Amino acid sequence: MQSSSITLSLTIWVPILAGVLTLFLNGDHQKNAARWLALIGSIAGLLVAIPLWTSFDNATAAMQFVERTAWVSRFNIHYALGVDGISMLFVLLNSFTTVLVVIAAWESIQEKVSQYLAAFLIMSGLVNGVFAATDAILFYLFFEAMLIPMFLIIGVWGGPRRVYAAVKFFLYTLLGSLLMLAALIYLYNVTNGSFDIQDFHRVPLGLTAQTVLFFAFFASFSVKVPMWPVHTWLPDAHVEAPTGGSVVLAAITLKIGAYGFLRFNLPIAPDASHALAGFMITLSLIAVVYIGFVALAQTDMKKLVAYSSISHMGFVTLGFFIFNTQGVEGGLVQMVSHGFVSAAMFLCIGVLYDRVHSREISAYGGVVNTMPKFAFFAVFFGMANAGLPATSGFVGEFMVILGAIKVNFWYAFAAAITLILGAAYTLWMVKRVIFGEIANDHVRKLTDINGREMLFLGVLAVAVLVMGIYPMPFTEVMHSSVDALLKHVATGKLN
Amino acid sequence: MMSVPTMNFALAAPEIFLLVMTCVIMMVDLFSAAENRAGRLFFLTIFTLVLVAVSLYYPLAPARYAFNNMFVVDGMAVILKTAIALAVAMVIIYSRAYLAARNMFTGEFILLILFATLGMMVMVSANHFVALYLGLELLALASYAMVALNRDSVTSSEAAMKYFVLGSMASGLLLYGLSMIYGATGSLDVATVARVIEASRANDPLITFGLVFVVAGLAFKIGAVPFHMWMPDVYQGAPTAMTLFIGSAPKIAAFGFIMRILADSMGAAVGDWQSMLVILSVLSLALGNIVAIAQTNLKRMLAYSAISHMGFMLLGILAGTKNGYSAGMFYVISYALMTLASFGMIMLLSRAGFEADNLDDFKGLNQRSPWYAFLMLIVMFSMAGIPPFLGFWAKLTVLEGVLNAGYTWLVVFAVLMSVIGAFYYLRIVKLMYFDAPIDTSPIVAGADFRGLLSINALALLVLGLFPGILMTACLNAIQRSL
Repeated sequence: MQSSSITLSLTIWVPILAGVLTLFLNGDHQKNAARWLALIGSIAGLLVAIPLWTSFDNATAAMQFVERTAWVSRFNIHYALGVDGISMLFVLLNSFTTVLVVIAAWESIQEKVSQYLAAFLIMSGLVNGVFAATDAILFYLFFEAMLIPMFLIIGVWGGPRRVYAAVKFFLYTLLGSLLMLAALIYLYNVTNGSFDIQDFHRVPLGLTAQTVLFFAFFASFSVKVPMWPVHTWLPDAHVEAPTGGSVVLAAITLKIGAYGFLRFNLPIAPDASHALAGFMITLSLIAVVYIGFVALAQTDMKKLVAYSSISHMGFVTLGFFIFNTQGVEGGLVQMVSHGFVSAAMFLCIGVLYDRVHSREISAYGGVVNTMPKFAFFAVFFGMANAGLPATSGFVGEFMVILGAIKVNFWYAFAAAITLILGAAYTLWMVKRVIFGEIANDHVRKLTDINGREMLFLGVLAVAVLVMGIYPMPFTEVMHSSVDALLKHVATGKLN
Repeated sequence: MMSVPTMNFALAAPEIFLLVMTCVIMMVDLFSAAENRAGRLFFLTIFTLVLVAVSLYYPLAPARYAFNNMFVVDGMAVILKTAIALAVAMVIIYSRAYLAARNMFTGEFILLILFATLGMMVMVSANHFVALYLGLELLALASYAMVALNRDSVTSSEAAMKYFVLGSMASGLLLYGLSMIYGATGSLDVATVARVIEASRANDPLITFGLVFVVAGLAFKIGAVPFHMWMPDVYQGAPTAMTLFIGSAPKIAAFGFIMRILADSMGAAVGDWQSMLVILSVLSLALGNIVAIAQTNLKRMLAYSAISHMGFMLLGILAGTKNGYSAGMFYVISYALMTLASFGMIMLLSRAGFEADNLDDFKGLNQRSPWYAFLMLIVMFSMAGIPPFLGFWAKLTVLEGVLNAGYTWLVVFAVLMSVIGAFYYLRIVKLMYFDAPIDTSPIVAGADFRGLLSINALALLVLGLFPGILMTACLNAIQRSL
């Protein structure tokens, strides 16, 4: 199979190249040039990704847009790329989010502008690589390399406790991913020298080996998702990261963990996945319910949204481990939707933070009086976060609950509780921040959102609405792949 | 190999050339006027080393022997010697300004470093225990003197003393062990010893006993725990240029040396030395990585980091397979490249009368110079084993070799230690990028220095993106050597 398409390579290397070029515009007088270059680079990155959507074949579960060249012959490692219905949407989501992040940073970042933007562009390319890699080492390479720009983003442009948060973020994820590396080398030996993920899917494995592998991958991906109880890095990282960092963390990197479960855990260790489904579901439900309560108690807006992210990602893993179409597809839809909604929530907080420099809920009150346009968006995204029907947040949660009820009523019941919890913590925050009397002078002096802010919030609002009202196109692309995956998982590897 | 008892001088041509040139340089030093002495020495030395490296480069052939089988030229020797010559050339380019500012860029330094280089080249090409020892001592004696070169410095003298005493003890242990093996096998020739041990199935307790001393001696030389005590003191106490030297090329030579003794001559007794190396590498990985966290002096931190890296290299060797050996070889060459860059960075920030060897000296480097900060970032992440840098592939090959040999627990252990190791490399990145600078003086360096440093650090990235060439070269070399 020779490479016939370069679409995926372009989605990876266009942003990285743009990022490297941006790095050179590091003078004080070149700030605007850096911004424009980064914007052009990110838009180019989005444009080259569009063929993924337009020429995607819904009918097949096989990898599409395949590229494959020998890379490191000593280990039979290939530069192999390809997307299926599971990964394609995330490449698009990531490319799209990068554009928003660049726009959102336009005025709020004034220090080391070029490095900031370059970090995001390089990050974007690496993340696309994670979703597109079909060679395990290539995947690992992107997966790890991604930590470097994120580490710098949090550490350089973050809040007061940024160093602690950045180091914690890095070491947590590194520990997980190195265990995954050990698992990959093990699989390389078992498959007689292949790092092709498809070969990993096919190779027969005993239950013990599967269980060990499952936990090795689990160590890596559960930290990324993050699942309870390894979630503690996330609130720190989110709170301390600059707005763009929070957006990318929530919208993109969390998805990589969930994606890893679908690409590695389920197909490589299907029987272990079945055997451990109860364990995974329990952890997911704890995340959904317990973290929901934790979110209720937060006084810091970013922390609240961070906990809400963990809770929403619990839905995703719950959906995956009930092993039916609604569950898995619901999980995937939830991932995309959460990408939009959490990005929007963090951008809203960023808008306020840029003006008042506080993330405390108590520092606000009555914002609607001075920022009516902003209030409209904030309330809208709050509703979407709470899972209001006709927003994208509803679709995924509904599908997962539907899937769960087929397996066990109580799973569905516990999951449904969060719909209430989610509404409670989100709307309560919205009430305290947006509505009521004008709380203080800071709020009195607020200016409403400008055209630039209107642009990125508006685009996200449209995305949330479209996906909420007409989710069909999103689920259609994933049908074949999800069905094939579930069939593979149901067959198992023990015969 | 039995049928070539000839002298075969041509095979040792690079070594002979190096020796001749060393003598020439000695004369040049003697008869040059003071104002152009340093320049002449510098260019002659670099010219010699590069020529040596180039002359070594010929297509890998089966092993060929010279001097009555005392000297071997095989794939491993060629690659290691090339790496050694280039590493030493880099050391000299990095150290020139640093030493000149301290009045130490003199003929003595050049002579010592060239003799040490000759010793290292003999070490990796020796096929006889006596020849091996000869090379080792030539390197060791030159190194002791180099550490002591700054004779007015108390710390340097102390470091040299420690280095000398412990190094001599290690040599003694090694000789003692080798003498026992001689007693058991009746030969000092690597190939003969290998044959006898294979025939006796390594059951002779004398061989095992001798092996303990040999391994202890080797462990001393590379600074594996529990024989590491000299490393931090010598690294910190020696002038940075000497630390740079000790930390780079001799590690490559030590790898070749260990391979000649353990793999080539006692490969059949792998079961015996494997378990010893397991203990050494586990302890090195644990102690090196954990203690490095507590260091505030960068040179000392890098000493502990070197200990842990040597533990990683031993992991490759202890696998006892060709995959493992080639992984160890790939690892040690990668490591030398990283060490050169990291010490190069310390010397970049040092000025006359000021050593930038504290962690705090790296604070805010990104504000002083984004480019150097970026280079150091590459070096640190590469040392931590984060892809896409070279260090990642080095770790990957070693882990694959060890896992293939059936030591799953060792792989998991090494992985956990790598996470601990990542912490202190990360701290350097943190200091450079997240903190404000203390020292805001501009960074000045010559064009050769800046160019080399950039190439050196970027090589870690480029070789990380295309690791295949070096990796395959190492594998081929090992496959044809053994």
